[in-house]
Amino acid sequence: MAMIEIKDLHKSYQMGSNSLHVLKGINFSVEAGELVAIMGSSGSGKSTLLNILGMLDEANEGSYELDGVPIKNLNETKAAQYRNKFLGFVFQSFNLINYKTAAENVALPLYYQKMPRKERQEKAIKYLEQVGLKDWATHLPSELSGGQKQRVAIARAMAAEPKVLLADEPTGALDSKTSYEVMDLIQKINDAGNTILVVTHEPDIADMCKRIVHLKDGVIVEDKKVKQVRAAQYV
Amino acid sequence: MRFIFDLNTWQEIFGSIKKNKTRTIITVIGVLWGIFVYIAMAGAAKGLDNGFERAFETVAMNSMFTWAQSTSMPYAGYKTGRRLQLKIQDVTVLENRIPEIQYIAPRNAKGVFGDTPAKVIRGLKSGDYAIYGDFPIYTKIATKKIYDGGRFINDEDIAQNRKVCVIGERTEKELFEEGENPIGAYIRLDNIYFQVVGVHKFTPGGGFESDSDVFIPFSTFKKLYNTADNVGWLTIAAYDDADVVQVEKDVKGTLKNIHKVDPRDERAFGAFNLGEVFNKIMGFAKGMTFLSLVVGIATILAGVIGIGNILLIAVKERTKELGVRRALGATPKEVKSQIILESVFLTTIAGVLGIILGAFVLNIVNILTKDGDFPYANPTVPIPYVLGAMGLMIVLGTLIGLIPAQRAVSIKPIDALREE
Ligand SMILES: Nc1ncnc2c1ncn2[C@@H]1O[C@H](COP(=O)(O)OP(=O)(O)O)[C@@H](O)[C@H]1O
Ligand SMILES: [Mg+2]
Repeated sequence: MAMIEIKDLHKSYQMGSNSLHVLKGINFSVEAGELVAIMGSSGSGKSTLLNILGMLDEANEGSYELDGVPIKNLNETKAAQYRNKFLGFVFQSFNLINYKTAAENVALPLYYQKMPRKERQEKAIKYLEQVGLKDWATHLPSELSGGQKQRVAIARAMAAEPKVLLADEPTGALDSKTSYEVMDLIQKINDAGNTILVVTHEPDIADMCKRIVHLKDGVIVEDKKVKQVRAAQYV
Repeated sequence: MRFIFDLNTWQEIFGSIKKNKTRTIITVIGVLWGIFVYIAMAGAAKGLDNGFERAFETVAMNSMFTWAQSTSMPYAGYKTGRRLQLKIQDVTVLENRIPEIQYIAPRNAKGVFGDTPAKVIRGLKSGDYAIYGDFPIYTKIATKKIYDGGRFINDEDIAQNRKVCVIGERTEKELFEEGENPIGAYIRLDNIYFQVVGVHKFTPGGGFESDSDVFIPFSTFKKLYNTADNVGWLTIAAYDDADVVQVEKDVKGTLKNIHKVDPRDERAFGAFNLGEVFNKIMGFAKGMTFLSLVVGIATILAGVIGIGNILLIAVKERTKELGVRRALGATPKEVKSQIILESVFLTTIAGVLGIILGAFVLNIVNILTKDGDFPYANPTVPIPYVLGAMGLMIVLGTLIGLIPAQRAVSIKPIDALREE
């Protein structure tokens, strides 16, 4: 059974009397343990698709199942709970909470899982260690470099042990060396069996995934398995 | 509800409050100032109230004095300018005709209204003091605190024209040696020996008599100074629920009737209505209390609205943060509760600080005004007022927190997160 299964997904944005048809019937499925790059030019609907998969937005038409659970007509509360339990997010601009330390940021999704404080802290440290930032646990985001911030964000996304990690241009704000470090981390997380979707418009980043889905004019024009380029050789 | 008692919730709130110091300080100062003004004003009003009450505590609140003057109109064959004289018989008539009268005490005095005071001698010591001829009932109208071992004039003193007297603290000091017991001792009042039966305690602020007054039985006064049935003035206390202004009118009317004075003659009898004065002062104090309530609540309200405003700005500033929290799994209810709790917490902390500061200032004012004639005492704010203010703040804090809270969840997380 597929981890993600979408069928005939449509999304249009209503702007006054105009309607912008962004996704025009997307069909695809992702198996557990895949590392998928979603590519396409700017404005092709990559973020729109990822947001729908992330339950931050809803499609107008079509079906979406996550690990066998149909995602349909969720109210804001239910969507929040699903996001918390099933999904991890990594954003281009990191989106760390600036007044919380690295460890507190990582522990935040666990707080919303109602995990006791002690456990939360321990787990946050454990995940920071996995991204190589244990020594930075008590630092504020402003004291971290861009690459470090994104690694904290990845630790935060993984701390809740999601079914799927969704990353929207995770390397978009980073230089290439740092980008490769982040991709190295993502690859390692994927090696451990996690399902990951990465939105990118950079071919070298896409090549570091195991499968590339190409979006154009609201449809998938290409969907191919690729031989993964390991990021480790560049760092 | 479980949410409120959850340690995690408070850690989140403390975190957000601690990390946004400027915002926290500004909001706290706003409400703190409001509650401080409220407490300080309510306390000051209460202090004035207490002060006035203390100033009047030795006298029945609804009492009055009345005395005879001269007529200013001819009436029933009498010419104008006739000198009038109150008589002891007037008392019974007044008591019978005016049911609102609770107590009526006729009094005579020597050395009070410009006439020569009595010469009082004990051994080699002497002094000039005012002498009052009184009935025991007088103490029902104006409390006389008598030192232990002594007593005031009693009914037998009156019946037997006893030569007994109650002296003042100063009189005692001036006529007796330190440590000497004056009770039972004899002193000479205008050359007649009187036995001292009590020493009265002088209450400051009472203001109507002095610490050297000597009280003797009314009947003895009459014999000593040949006053016959004459009465210097009447002290009258009305029942608590009586209208003192009306009682004064009735008393004057009855006296005019007895003494054959034109009912329209306003100058024939004089009166000083303590009850009326007291009501005015108490009205003022009540007005102050009310004013402080209005001003205080308005200030608190302004402070709370300030908090609401700042939280609203904070919510706008935190749009992205709240979006992130929601992406990570915060439900709308959790986001709202956090903002409302922040609001309530800030208001309450500010309120408690304001109450403490207000109490502190009131205490200082109390200490500064302790030894003075200024009518001010125990400027306490009643606990229900304080609790009421706290309750009000929690309610207002919640209500005002609702606005930013609602705003925070009205934006969809996707819009909150959108990169500009
Ligand atoms: N909330 C929105 N309202 C209107 N138009 C939108 C909205 N979000 C995205 N779009 C439009 O939809 C198209 C696809 O956007 P997006 O999914 O962000 O593209 P990508 O991430 O591939 O660059 C763009 O033309 C964009 O302007
Ligand atoms: Mg995008």
